[in-house]
Amino acid sequence: MSFATGIVARQCRRSALGLPRAISSSAKASLAQPVPPEQPPSPQAKPPLIKEFKIYRWNPDEPEKKPSLQSYKVDLNQCGPMILDALIKIKNEMDPTLTFRRSCREGICGSCAMNIDGQNTLACLCRIDRAETKDTKIYPLPHMYVVKDLVPDLTLFFKQYKSVEPYLKNDNPPEKGEFLQTQEDRKKLDGLYECILCACCSTSCPSYWWNQDVYLGPAALLHSYRWIADSRDSYAAQRKEKLQNTFSLYRCHTILNCSRTCPKGLEPGTAIAKIKLEMAAE
Amino acid sequence: MLAVRAVGLRPAIRASGISVMALRATSRGVKTESITTTDQRSILDKQRLNRPSSPHMTIYEPQITWYGSIAHRITGVGLSVGMYAFFLSYLAAPVAGIPFDSSAVVELVHGLPEWAKVAGKTVFAFPFAYHSLNGVRHLTWDSTKLLSNAAVTRSGYAVIAGAIISTAALVMM
Repeated sequence: MSFATGIVARQCRRSALGLPRAISSSAKASLAQPVPPEQPPSPQAKPPLIKEFKIYRWNPDEPEKKPSLQSYKVDLNQCGPMILDALIKIKNEMDPTLTFRRSCREGICGSCAMNIDGQNTLACLCRIDRAETKDTKIYPLPHMYVVKDLVPDLTLFFKQYKSVEPYLKNDNPPEKGEFLQTQEDRKKLDGLYECILCACCSTSCPSYWWNQDVYLGPAALLHSYRWIADSRDSYAAQRKEKLQNTFSLYRCHTILNCSRTCPKGLEPGTAIAKIKLEMAAE
Repeated sequence: MLAVRAVGLRPAIRASGISVMALRATSRGVKTESITTTDQRSILDKQRLNRPSSPHMTIYEPQITWYGSIAHRITGVGLSVGMYAFFLSYLAAPVAGIPFDSSAVVELVHGLPEWAKVAGKTVFAFPFAYHSLNGVRHLTWDSTKLLSNAAVTRSGYAVIAGAIISTAALVMM
């Protein structure tokens, strides 16, 4: 008898602490009033929160059909917090033909860049607005050729990146060991090296919309400045010389949509202004 | 020539020493077409011709950054066109035989009702005030100052407020 009360006492203490209850023991049967089994809170218990997503669709297999917005309704209580979670849910459960790029889901690969509610950003870093009454519109990056649905053709964008020679160029490497740099010189690269080339900034720039065939765009110019500013690179003058024409750099009219939209919080606009100032001061 | 080939696990199986024949029944049924580089290129080229351009101005969120920039451009063009039109009409007026000189302009404005004077002055004063003040903002940016997002937003609205106050002052002159 004393053994049985011991178990009951322990059980009470457990439930008081909020720990999972022990599986019914023989002692339970001896109680006058058996405790009804507790139900763990079910995720289904939350009422559905239906949010409408309007997503740009275009299928290259049906090129004669014009691009259009397709509507999907997602229960936000059955979905992760980010736009990318909703897109993946739609693709998995509603429409496997929905096409978009994604990879790391943590803002480091830059694949899921798109225009969400009018702003270019990474779907994986953009929280879903939980207001039920307002729909969320998702378009591909603006003024780019569409490969399919939310996938833009970034061929030109990466060619422009390549054209700024984004690598260390130095004719006099140190005799042994690596290039050394003071801490102050290293600091100059902060806010530049973090760029992940998601193309949000370039495709937010009206100047890039109209002149992308001749203007390099904020992302490529930020990378250009990343090497101009690097104390270990000895080609700053040549790099700047290449930008010395009407279009490559000077189609930047300091609109500053680029800095505003950067999902990594960088400032391509500031980098471009610094290139301009350095070139003007020469 | 297009060759059709099954994507199997054959090399891996061979390495592990298991008979291919024994596993053939369970190998995956995915098939790919091998295409020459030239054919790939022509398929891509054909598709590129069809690709639509994604929407831009109409869907991008209105922001002080680019709206302010468009306003700067429009006011600049408007002021220039107005200025050239005004000065050129001094040259053209005698040829066309229309009386258009300073005294005629003063006479004309003098005879206008009050509301037309205020409206006319505002139409000239606001673009002038906005373009001038925003021009100062651009000069600040060119010296790489006030380029942070917060500063750009703040100075953008400050310029609009400044332009409204200056317009009021100019109209009352």
